[in-house]
Amino acid sequence: MPTTQAPGRASVADDAAALRAEIRDLYDEVADLLDDDRVEELPNHFTDDCLYKVISRENYDQGLPAGTIFCDGIGMLRDRIVAIRETQVYEPRSWRHFISGVRIVAQDGDAICARANFLVTEAMSDADPTVFIVGRYDDILVRREGRLLFRQRLAVCDNHHVRRSLIMPL
Amino acid sequence: MPDDVIAEVHGDGAGRKDAQRRPGERAWPAEGWTRVPFWVYTDPALFDREMETFFYGPSWCYVGLDCEVPEPGSYKRSFIGQRQVIVVRTQEGGIAVLENRCAHRGSRVCWQNKGRVDSFTCPYHQWNFALDGKLQGIPLKRGALGKGGMPPDFDMSQHGLKALRVHVEGGSIWATFDPNAPSFADYCGPQILGYVRRLFGGRALRLLGYNRQLIPSNWKMYVENLKDPYHATLLHSFLITFGLWRADTQSESIPTEGGKHGIMISRNVGKKESAATSEIKRFKNKLDLIDKDSITPRREFEDGKVVGLSLFPSVVLHQQANTLGMRQIVPKGVDSFELCWTYYGYADDDDEMVRLRLRHTNLYGPSGFVAMEDGEVLVESQQGATGYGHRAAVLEMGGRETEPQDHMVTEVLIRSFYRWYREAMNL
Repeated sequence: MPTTQAPGRASVADDAAALRAEIRDLYDEVADLLDDDRVEELPNHFTDDCLYKVISRENYDQGLPAGTIFCDGIGMLRDRIVAIRETQVYEPRSWRHFISGVRIVAQDGDAICARANFLVTEAMSDADPTVFIVGRYDDILVRREGRLLFRQRLAVCDNHHVRRSLIMPL
Repeated sequence: MPDDVIAEVHGDGAGRKDAQRRPGERAWPAEGWTRVPFWVYTDPALFDREMETFFYGPSWCYVGLDCEVPEPGSYKRSFIGQRQVIVVRTQEGGIAVLENRCAHRGSRVCWQNKGRVDSFTCPYHQWNFALDGKLQGIPLKRGALGKGGMPPDFDMSQHGLKALRVHVEGGSIWATFDPNAPSFADYCGPQILGYVRRLFGGRALRLLGYNRQLIPSNWKMYVENLKDPYHATLLHSFLITFGLWRADTQSESIPTEGGKHGIMISRNVGKKESAATSEIKRFKNKLDLIDKDSITPRREFEDGKVVGLSLFPSVVLHQQANTLGMRQIVPKGVDSFELCWTYYGYADDDDEMVRLRLRHTNLYGPSGFVAMEDGEVLVESQQGATGYGHRAAVLEMGGRETEPQDHMVTEVLIRSFYRWYREAMNL
């Protein structure tokens, strides 16, 4: 069927869809490395001046600054990973991320504000998976040398409690 | 294989005696306070008695900080034991702590965690209560169209939200169900009171945020955790690797009030290899963090001490590096409890201090470099206790006595605690 849309308008819609798909792929890639026990690769997806924070909905809604995991800059993110691998003692378990509702909320210069829902299950080595943490990512992405990187990732958790421990970044 | 035969095979004399008893007849192992029978962590009837004796008895329980309820009408919900309460700032500027259950038919009155109101209205029949709990309005009290209503002799002054006795110490808020409980000062004793005032000395407080964990273990395992400096240098590799704590640092373990409360004192020192670290398997000499501010405290207290307080039954007060926190213990049944962390600072902290306080919260909470492991081992301990009520834990590190000691390689705080606990619980 011949299109009656002007070529300019069609490509704007295509661009938005392409960007969403690119963000979707990034989110899936980061979730996969976490689920696959390759947390060392996480900093590859962040800028040096990044903010990574896991924060409860309670703190987020009240504007309180304390988080569950707080990394102010790539150094603290790398330190968190060193601690997980070298000093932390914990019962082995596996996690799995389920991400949905990936949306672009705003674009401001070269910054892209995006969000998505996440659900993470947890399974101890001798037990079945349970719903562990549910929440929303509030992200700011920037493009560096063609790649989308996180300048900010907030994982805002709907949970009132974390059951037992949160070992890995979400 | 029956319990008594198992006990025979493993030479477990005390266990054999207990296994032959009928359920409900509990006897402490003959060795006394160097043993803790595992039934203290698994017996539901004992749990109920603990709630009545400790949380609902003559104890002062922590419920919040005044900076959480800054203005008249500001409120937050909290717990004492398994009972939910409302902590509210009254019109006059004081603090009231009220049962969160309607005087009418017990329905929960307050449905939000935090808010600000002029009065409390129960959603069910809209009975209205003043901020101090006084019943001030009943819809249709005089009936409608000449029919119904409350009896003329119904005395509203007898049917308010029950108000607990409250004490505010330098901004920390405490409450008790027992009108005959001793004063807060007497309940703490002079040493604990002194260290509470060291944190809450009158400087206005600043709320930084919360972390909440649900830990599937008996609540007393957490109480013991902060009476166990022995594990700190062995389990919490982060502490010793980065010099926040060491077994050979000048330190003290002080049971107070007969063992009910406890004080652990240490210092923040740098990383150093020594004879002690060579025995600690997990010490990693070559490890360094990139962001040193995360583990480098700014000197805050003149005495240079790092002090943890265990104020039975409801709370642990932490001060480590520049993080200050209240860890409220909220039992949720015999094998589960909520640990509610409230991080705070002072209103006059400069930006740099706030920055450090927030960095150092990474030590604590469910992802804490230190605290994560406590949650882990508590669950493992509860799993080991389950089904083994007839056996007992062995507590002889640091000797077999219950006197204060000037080091951390000891379980004296736990022995003292159970010496006190047995008397309080008539066991």
